[in-house]
Amino acid sequence: MRTTTRGARAAVAVLLALVLSLGVAACGSSNDESTGEEEGAGAIVSNPENGKVTLTIGSKNFPEQEILGEIYAQALKAAGYKVKSDLNLGSETVAHQAVKSGATSGYPEYASTALTSFFGIEPEEVPAGAQPAYEKAKAEFEKEGLTAFPPTPFASANAVGTLKKTAEERELKTVSDLEGQSEEMTLYGSPECRQRIDCLAGLEKYYGLKFKSFTPVDIGLRYTVLEKGQADLSILFTTDPQLAAEKDKFVILEDDKHVFPAGNVIFVTKSSVAEKAGPDYEKTIVEVQKGLTLPVMQELDARVELEKQSPAKAAAAYLKEAGYTG
Amino acid sequence: MSLPLLPALAGRLFTVPPSASFGGAVEFIFTPQTSNVTGGKTVGGLSQVVELTLTQLEVTVLALALSLAVALPIGLYLGHRGKGEFLAIGIGNAGRAVPELALIALMATAIGVGVLNLTVALAVLGVPPILTNAYVGVRQVDRSSVDAARGMGMSELEILRKVEVPLAIPTIFSGIRGATIAIVATATIAPLAGVLTLGDFIINQNVYGDDGVVAGAMLVAFLALALEFSLAGLQRLLTSKGLKVSTA
Amino acid sequence: MTGAAALALPLAKAGEVGEGFFHERSSETLPCQATDKLFCFDWAKENIGRYGTPTVQHLELVAISVLLGFAIAFAFSLLAHRRPWLRPPLLAGTGILYTIPSIAFFFLLLPITGRGRETAIIALSAYTLQIIYRNTMIGLANVPTAVKDAARGMGLTERQILWKVELPLATPEIVAGLRIATVSTVAIATLAVFAGGGGLGTQIYGQGNINFATSIIIAGGIAILMALAFDAVLLITQRLTTPWRRGAQA
Repeated sequence: MRTTTRGARAAVAVLLALVLSLGVAACGSSNDESTGEEEGAGAIVSNPENGKVTLTIGSKNFPEQEILGEIYAQALKAAGYKVKSDLNLGSETVAHQAVKSGATSGYPEYASTALTSFFGIEPEEVPAGAQPAYEKAKAEFEKEGLTAFPPTPFASANAVGTLKKTAEERELKTVSDLEGQSEEMTLYGSPECRQRIDCLAGLEKYYGLKFKSFTPVDIGLRYTVLEKGQADLSILFTTDPQLAAEKDKFVILEDDKHVFPAGNVIFVTKSSVAEKAGPDYEKTIVEVQKGLTLPVMQELDARVELEKQSPAKAAAAYLKEAGYTG
Repeated sequence: MSLPLLPALAGRLFTVPPSASFGGAVEFIFTPQTSNVTGGKTVGGLSQVVELTLTQLEVTVLALALSLAVALPIGLYLGHRGKGEFLAIGIGNAGRAVPELALIALMATAIGVGVLNLTVALAVLGVPPILTNAYVGVRQVDRSSVDAARGMGMSELEILRKVEVPLAIPTIFSGIRGATIAIVATATIAPLAGVLTLGDFIINQNVYGDDGVVAGAMLVAFLALALEFSLAGLQRLLTSKGLKVSTA
Repeated sequence: MTGAAALALPLAKAGEVGEGFFHERSSETLPCQATDKLFCFDWAKENIGRYGTPTVQHLELVAISVLLGFAIAFAFSLLAHRRPWLRPPLLAGTGILYTIPSIAFFFLLLPITGRGRETAIIALSAYTLQIIYRNTMIGLANVPTAVKDAARGMGLTERQILWKVELPLATPEIVAGLRIATVSTVAIATLAVFAGGGGLGTQIYGQGNINFATSIIIAGGIAILMALAFDAVLLITQRLTTPWRRGAQA
C-alpha cells in the first residue's frame, strides 16, 4: 500500500515534470529560429494565422528570377504561410497575365520592365531613383487591381554585350559606337526582346541601329551564343556573374543614351490576395529582401549560374546567412 | 498524389476561358496583327507564317533525307543478311526513348544553335524508326520468295531491290512516317535554340498573343497531317498492286 | 481579412551577410560546371540528389497518363468492337491527337486548364490514345474466327466471348501497344515543364540548366533509362502472356 501511494506520487511528479517541460519546449519552439544573441534578431517568426492562406509564388524564366522567387517562397513559408512555388512561368507578359488571372499569387518584377513593357512608358520617362520608379509602377498597377511591394536594394538592367576581343577589334566602348558597324553584326536576345523598348525596339528607335539579323534564343543561352561565335552581340544583364568572373572574356557596352533603365525588383501581387494574406505578406517580403544588395545578388547569381547550385539551395543559404531563418 | 484527380481534371477544364478563338487564330494567319502584347509591333500575317513554315519544312526534309541516307541502307542490309537483330530492334526502342527537349538543349549547348546543327540533331531522331522498320520489313519477307529469286540466279543486290524491298514497302514506310512525326515534333521546339519554326508562335505567347498560340498549333497540326498524307500517298504509289490487295 | 493576430516579430536588423558569404571568382578558378565542358563528374556526384524529386514526378506523370490513356483507349476499343462504323472516326480522331506535336497540345491547353500537373497529364494521355487503341483493335481482329465460333458453339454469350476469349488472345498485342505508348510518354513528359507540371524537364530547361550539358545529359539519361526499364518490364509481361509465341515483335 505504501509503495503504491509513493509510486503514484512519483508518477504524478514525473507526469508534471513532463508536462512542464513540454510546455517550455512548446513556448521555446515558436521562437526556435533565433540563434542570435538578441532575441528574434532578424529571424522570421512563424505566425499560425498565416497557415490559413495558400500562396503561389511565381517568377520569370531566368536564374536571377528563380532565386528571388525561392527567397520569397521560403521566407513566406517560414512566416507560416502555405506556399507553393511555380517558378519559370515565362517572360514578363506571361507572368503578368498569371498574376492578373489569379494562377499565381505574385512574382518579382523589375520596376523598369513594368513601366516600359506593361505601361508603355518611354525609357527617358522612367524615374531614375528606386523609390520614384516604384511609386510610379505601383500607381499604374493599382489601375489593374494589382499592387507592388517596396523595392530591393539592387537594380538590374539589360545591356548589349559582346566578346572582349570583338569590342577591342571594333573599338566598341558604348552602344553608340555600334553605329556604322551594326549592319554586319548579328544580335541574339530573348524572344520578347524584339518588341521591348529596353531591348531591340529601343536600339532601333533611339540608337537608330540596324543589325544584320536578330535571332531569338532562350535567355539561358545568352553567353553560349557569344562563346560559340554565333552571336556578335548578345543582350546580357548588368547583374550577370559572368561579367565579374570572366571579365577577360565578356564586356558590356555602355548605354550612353540611357535606353536601358535599371530596375529594382518590386514584388507584384493582386491587391485582393494581399488583403486576404494579411500584413505579414508584405512585411516578410520587404524585410527579407533588405539584404539583397548588388554584391549579394551577384554572389547568389554566381552560385546558380556559374556553380550550378539550385536556386532553392542558393536562396536557403542567403536566408540563413542573413539571419532570416535558423 | 492528389486523390481527387478526375474532378480536378474536370474542374480545370472550366477555370479560365481562353482569350483566343479559332476566328482570331485564322485572322492571325492571314493578316498581320497589332497584338496588344507587342506594344505596337505587328506579328503574324501570311508572309511570316510562310517563312516559318518553310523553315520547318526545310529542316524536316533535310533531316529526313539525312536519316534515310544513313538508316535505310544499314537497315536493309542487316535485314537482308539477318544479322544484328538486337541492334536493329534495340535502336528503334532507344530512339523512341530519347527526349526531344534534351536533344535540342544539348545541341544548343554543345554544338551551337543554327539550322545545320539542328538538322543533324533531328536526323539523329529520324534514324531509329527507319532503321528498325527497314530491318523488320525485310526480315518479314516470305523466305520462299527470296529462295526462289536466288534460285533464278539473281544477285544479292537484285534480290533486295526487286523482291525484298517491294514486299517490305508498307513496313518501311511505316518507319519513315514515324521518323517524320518525330522530326516535325522536335522541329517545333527548335525556337528554343534559335531556329524559327512554327513552334515560335506556340512557345512565345508573349510575342504573338493567345491567337498566335492557337494559330501556331493549327498550322503545326496541319503541316504534320499534310506530311502524313503525302507519305501515305507515296506509299500507295510505290506499293506494288499485288501487295495492295493483301494489305488493305 | 485577418483579425488583429499576433504579427511575426519585427526584425531587429536588416539582413547582413558575413564576409565569408562572398567567393572570389576568376576565369582561371572557374569550376567545371561554369565552363562548357560536356560532362562534370564531380558536380554530378555531389548534386545527384537534386534529380530525385523530378524523377519521382516524372514517374507519376508517366504512370498516371498511360493508365488514363489506356482506360480511355480501351473503352474506345470496346465501343468500336461491335460497331464497325465507329472505327474510322475513332482511328482518325486519335490519329490527329498523335500527329499533332505534343508541345502544341501543351500550349493549347494552358489557357483552358491552367498550369500544373493535370494539364500535362491530359496532353500526355491524349498522345497515347492512338497507339493503344490501334493495337487493341489489331489484337482483337487477329483472334481467329474459328476460336470465336467454337466459343459460340459452346454456348458463351458475346460478352463472355469478349472477356474470356478475345481479350486474353489480344493481350500480347495490347501490351505491345502499351510498351510503345509508355516509352514515348517518358520522352514527351520532359515537356511537362512548359505546363508547370514538373518532371525531369525542369533539370533540362529551367534553373539555368539549358546551357549546362551535364544536367541535360543526366536528366536525359535518367529519362532514357526509365523508358527502357518500363519497356523491359512490359516486354517481360508481353512474353509471359504469350508462351506460345516467340520471336521479335516490332
